[in-house]
Amino acid sequence: MAFIRMASCAAALALAFGMAQPAQAQETFKVGIVTFLSGQAAESFGVPAWNGGKVLIDALNKGEAPAPYDTVGFGGMPIQTVVVDEAGGATKQVQELRNLYQRENVDVVIGYVSSGDCLAVAPAAEELKRLLILYDCGTPRIFEDGKYEYVFRTASHATMDNVALARYMKTQGVKAATVSAINQDYAWGHDSRTDFLAAMEQLYPGFKAEADLLPKFGAGQYGTEISALVRQGSDVVHSSLWGGDLQAFILQAGPRGLFKRSQVVLSAADHVLPSLGDKMPDGAIIGARGAYGLLAPKSDLNDWFWKVYQDAYNVYPVQAPYRMVQAVLGLKVAVEKAMAANGGRKPTNEEIAAALKGSEWHSPAGTIRMALGDGHQAIQQTAIGRTRFDEGRKMVVLDDIQNFKAECVNPPAGQKSIEWIKAGFPGAQCD
Amino acid sequence: MDLALTILLDGLIYASWLFIVALGLTLVFGVLKILNIAHGSLYAIGAYAAASFVALFASLGLAPEWSLVAMLLAAVAVAVVVGPLLERGLLRLFYGRDEVLLVLVTYALFLILEDVTKLIWGVNPYYVSEPYTLFGNLEFGSLFYVGYDLMMIVLAVVCGLGVWFGLNRTVTGKIVLAVIHNEEVSASMGVNVNRVYVAAFTVGVFLAALGGAFTAPMISVQPGLSVGVIILSFAVVIIGGLGSIEGAAIGAVVVGLARAAAVHLMPDAELFSIYIVMAAVLIFRPEGLFQRVSARKI
Repeated sequence: MAFIRMASCAAALALAFGMAQPAQAQETFKVGIVTFLSGQAAESFGVPAWNGGKVLIDALNKGEAPAPYDTVGFGGMPIQTVVVDEAGGATKQVQELRNLYQRENVDVVIGYVSSGDCLAVAPAAEELKRLLILYDCGTPRIFEDGKYEYVFRTASHATMDNVALARYMKTQGVKAATVSAINQDYAWGHDSRTDFLAAMEQLYPGFKAEADLLPKFGAGQYGTEISALVRQGSDVVHSSLWGGDLQAFILQAGPRGLFKRSQVVLSAADHVLPSLGDKMPDGAIIGARGAYGLLAPKSDLNDWFWKVYQDAYNVYPVQAPYRMVQAVLGLKVAVEKAMAANGGRKPTNEEIAAALKGSEWHSPAGTIRMALGDGHQAIQQTAIGRTRFDEGRKMVVLDDIQNFKAECVNPPAGQKSIEWIKAGFPGAQCD
Repeated sequence: MDLALTILLDGLIYASWLFIVALGLTLVFGVLKILNIAHGSLYAIGAYAAASFVALFASLGLAPEWSLVAMLLAAVAVAVVVGPLLERGLLRLFYGRDEVLLVLVTYALFLILEDVTKLIWGVNPYYVSEPYTLFGNLEFGSLFYVGYDLMMIVLAVVCGLGVWFGLNRTVTGKIVLAVIHNEEVSASMGVNVNRVYVAAFTVGVFLAALGGAFTAPMISVQPGLSVGVIILSFAVVIIGGLGSIEGAAIGAVVVGLARAAAVHLMPDAELFSIYIVMAAVLIFRPEGLFQRVSARKI
């Protein structure tokens, strides 16, 4: 009997001791990654994003990332990943999200390129009280229309892209008395067009909107639209096309002189530059939905990321891998901050959420600040530049790059994006 | 006048692309009575194969003009390999069953081929834009057109005339027409119906692959190609009448012109324009403009 009492006491002590110990070496942090591995968004966003995540997580698990990210994994816990294809629609993604939490027992899900998927999965994660980090989708509606405790987005939403484009045109003295637009006929295209035209109304009052084309997503053939745009001959042609649609549009519009007749401005175009090469016309004004890739600010962290990515995939990183990397780094900062506050134990969902809310961290694209949506939505600096094919380097480079502070091109806390633009950007800090 | 010319040219260029693909679809339906949803996947495979063949020819150091031959060979290769394999290996098992079942079978085939395409070529895009500049630019009114786009009109006319001539002016074509009208009587007269089916399906696959192959230089070849084209092709053959070559030609021109006019005059109605035309035709001609006359069996 005495032996049983002693054993019980020892077990209780061991349990209590164990609970007070820092996260053990064998304890892992399991992350669900959801990104497009097939379908139209796979090549442009999903696959390169996960490629960026892979090289970063490999380096973190080996403790080989540069300071301040040179600790192993998340607070000593190796990072384990489960990757799920985002293709298949919002209903499927809600089910997959539940599977990740309840069957795979992941600690956090990082994911989603599609705005529709983001809008669908956010309430599901909130209902389950499980952590969800949206790393890409562009819609401002998540935190402007909703309020969440467990859902975060670690990248700026799409308003920044179009406000920055309009501001760039203004400061660069681009003539824009007339503007035409070609955008995909779904939420992303409509929202981008609305934001851009509203920003133009503020910066170029009295400009005339001309052709307003909305080809369907994945149209592939743009000959007729290009004829309409060339015939119109507007000073500026705006587009938020991306991926294969953007590539096809550029391949078809270049030989037909659209880029010579109008100043073409593209809000999300950096990811097509490596593949288009000399087929990308000179002089287009482009953005990357952040200070990413060729537009990224000089830093040791960026140099390191550029090198490990290029070594692994033989191409330089563009916007999607940057966004995945800043999500993983933001989570690392939050997990380690929570662990520092709880005595080094593996943190709970609530502890990580509290640490991530309103936080800021350094990424290869500059500082990321969770400044909007009550500390759940990030803002970040961005940059815009002009394309030029460099014969010597056999690649497209960007000239006349202009950087914009996060507070210049993102709405302030508590204000809806379109209302902020229409009010004349109150509170914008551009100096 | 300038606008009218622009709409006409844009419409014909779009129609030529649609017609090449829809021609194969309507031929297969005419002979085999299969509404082949997998036709879009065969178009995509043609585009991928062309991308591979053009890259292969370039690596052999052949002049850019040879890329046109490479694209043609790619379409032939897809037809020769995939056509008989699908017809003999799968579709023949369902002949005589309800036509709806065959639609479901080809839909399943469409899903399988989508994954097969990804398995072979992956999800990264392929670019073969070099052939796109081979024909230079031509000026019409106030606009430049890419010569390659105009060449597609010529290709579509050649394909249409070729299939029409083959069916109506050759002995083999007469046999195919006999099978279309009555396979049982044809078989009793000594016609090898199975061989006709294989040949017709292979030609259908060739036309789908040819459309994909010659579209490849103007797009980035990547997953997702097949869905859009099959929906538009269905619209074309339904407007023209299933199984009719003339109908496919007229249907493609109607769709092309309607779309071009909408983009130039009423952009918001672009997608809607195609389906309003289809609905209008079907109200007055429920079986399409050129529905083939079929003898009633007693």
